[in-house]
Amino acid sequence: MATILNENATLKDKVHWEPGFNHVPYMIYTDPDVYAEEQQRLFRGPMWNFVGIENEIPKKGDYVTNYVGDTPVIVLRDMDGAVQVLVNRCAHRGNLVCIAKEGNETELTCVYHNWRYDLQGNLKSIAFGKGVGKGATKTGGMPDDFDYSKNGMRRLRVETFFGMIFATFSETVEPLAEFLGDEMRENIERLLGRGMVLLGTYSQYMPNNWKLYMENTRDSYHASILHMFQATFRINRLSMKGGIKLSPGEKHHISYSIAETDREETEYDSSKLRAVKDGYTLADPSLIKSWREYDCGTTLAIQTVYPNCIVQQISNSLALRLCLPKGPEECELLWWVLGTPEDTPEQREIRIKQSNMIGPGGVISLEDGVVGGWIQRGTLRDQEKSTVVEMGGRGVAPSGEGRATEVAIRAWWKVYRECMGI
Amino acid sequence: MDGTANIAVDVRQRIEDLIADYAHMIDDDRLEEWPDYFVEDCYYRMIDRHSYAKGYTIGIMECSSRGMLQDRILALREANVFEPHCYRHLLSGTRITGEKDGVYTVVTSYTIIRTMQEGDMSVFSAGKYLDEVVFEGGEPKFRSRLVICDSNRVHTLIVIPI
Repeated sequence: MATILNENATLKDKVHWEPGFNHVPYMIYTDPDVYAEEQQRLFRGPMWNFVGIENEIPKKGDYVTNYVGDTPVIVLRDMDGAVQVLVNRCAHRGNLVCIAKEGNETELTCVYHNWRYDLQGNLKSIAFGKGVGKGATKTGGMPDDFDYSKNGMRRLRVETFFGMIFATFSETVEPLAEFLGDEMRENIERLLGRGMVLLGTYSQYMPNNWKLYMENTRDSYHASILHMFQATFRINRLSMKGGIKLSPGEKHHISYSIAETDREETEYDSSKLRAVKDGYTLADPSLIKSWREYDCGTTLAIQTVYPNCIVQQISNSLALRLCLPKGPEECELLWWVLGTPEDTPEQREIRIKQSNMIGPGGVISLEDGVVGGWIQRGTLRDQEKSTVVEMGGRGVAPSGEGRATEVAIRAWWKVYRECMGI
Repeated sequence: MDGTANIAVDVRQRIEDLIADYAHMIDDDRLEEWPDYFVEDCYYRMIDRHSYAKGYTIGIMECSSRGMLQDRILALREANVFEPHCYRHLLSGTRITGEKDGVYTVVTSYTIIRTMQEGDMSVFSAGKYLDEVVFEGGEPKFRSRLVICDSNRVHTLIVIPI
């Protein structure tokens, strides 16, 4: 068990979690106290939270709204051209300052009482701040000692990396580059280093705790079993060369595979798995047509950036995903589907066709939207019991070869327990 | 405004029948017939209204041939894992907005109630169809069918086409 820096004795007592990362108590997916503590210790803790992409705010004054955990934020480009992330809340009465999902403003004005802020969140003026009338007849107005500089909107630390915008409430978390680590940065650069073109966005709202989805994305064991489409058309099989990379400290992970290395694996071919169907052929195989996009030959890479961001390459389909907690038993998955400025029309066409594999209606990804809800329902009772996470051992050593392992899930819980103090 | 003024009554009737028949086909789970409602060189896309207004090229489903429609249904029947459920389409306000070279542009509003196997019912989607209808061998078929959903959210998953 890793060292817990700042133990949460009350929550620890409530959760009753044996040491280790190979069992996860059911209650971790339902308990309101656990949920509240996550907002504080994870989303407002020593983490860089992905909040959007620079493409959505190209011009000065452009903004989009999003969330860090369940805190509403405004992601904008200020009048100096810098990206800012502000908590979407007026210092006055706590009203949302930006109501629209996106727009362009040279300053931010709260509609309720006209408190005005610049795009860095500094309070500039207050309606009737000096009162109504003059001299002896003056009424209202803010107290003389009201300090504008102490009543701005909450501004977060921001860093960007190849168009991805990250924000943090933490004053102490290491710079983003260090937070990500070498291998995680390399993978993002490999996929997004050519620049990005936003091809589509959508949302998948799921009836399960957000952590069940994050476990799913780190579960290389299920990918070719639950997703029959993927195994049948050899988009991802455990018999392909591939592995699991973990960042130093185990926060982030990449599960990757290289399709051209697939070997015959009797476990798939002997029809023991539901996931491989004989005689299943596509009427229009252009859906799975692909081109060799990367010199390394990698055809699938699912990367997670702690706590809730996913960077996806499935064949030539590129996407970023953000899994937002929406109370203990619901979450929302936001998708940014991407191309690059270098795409030829043929390559763009391939990306569009392959988009049928991903998203809420994707022949692969749709299934990830439903298993979490089934676990949520299956574990409703016996909350003191635990799930088993022992495929590939009980530790968190990265797997250089092979993905029939739950190591990335164990690593996720290791970081979780450290941060949560339980 | 009134693009239907010059459209013959029987043509209008047949187009409206096509749109109604399509909804019954989906709601009755006769999904193998889905591709038959389209010409071979067809387009079916499901996208939310915000993304459509933005001009994004990728939506929730993207089928650019009748073969891809067939494959969607094959995946639904044979590959995909989901909880059994059905739709009820409520259609309204079908209007033929124009005709050019035998291609009729048509708009129809829809609402879909989704019923899960345990009985949970919800408004799953509302929006409109933007269709291009042609007559092939005397039969009306979709050359393109754009499903523009009012919400960008899909609850849990979408596997049955709209």
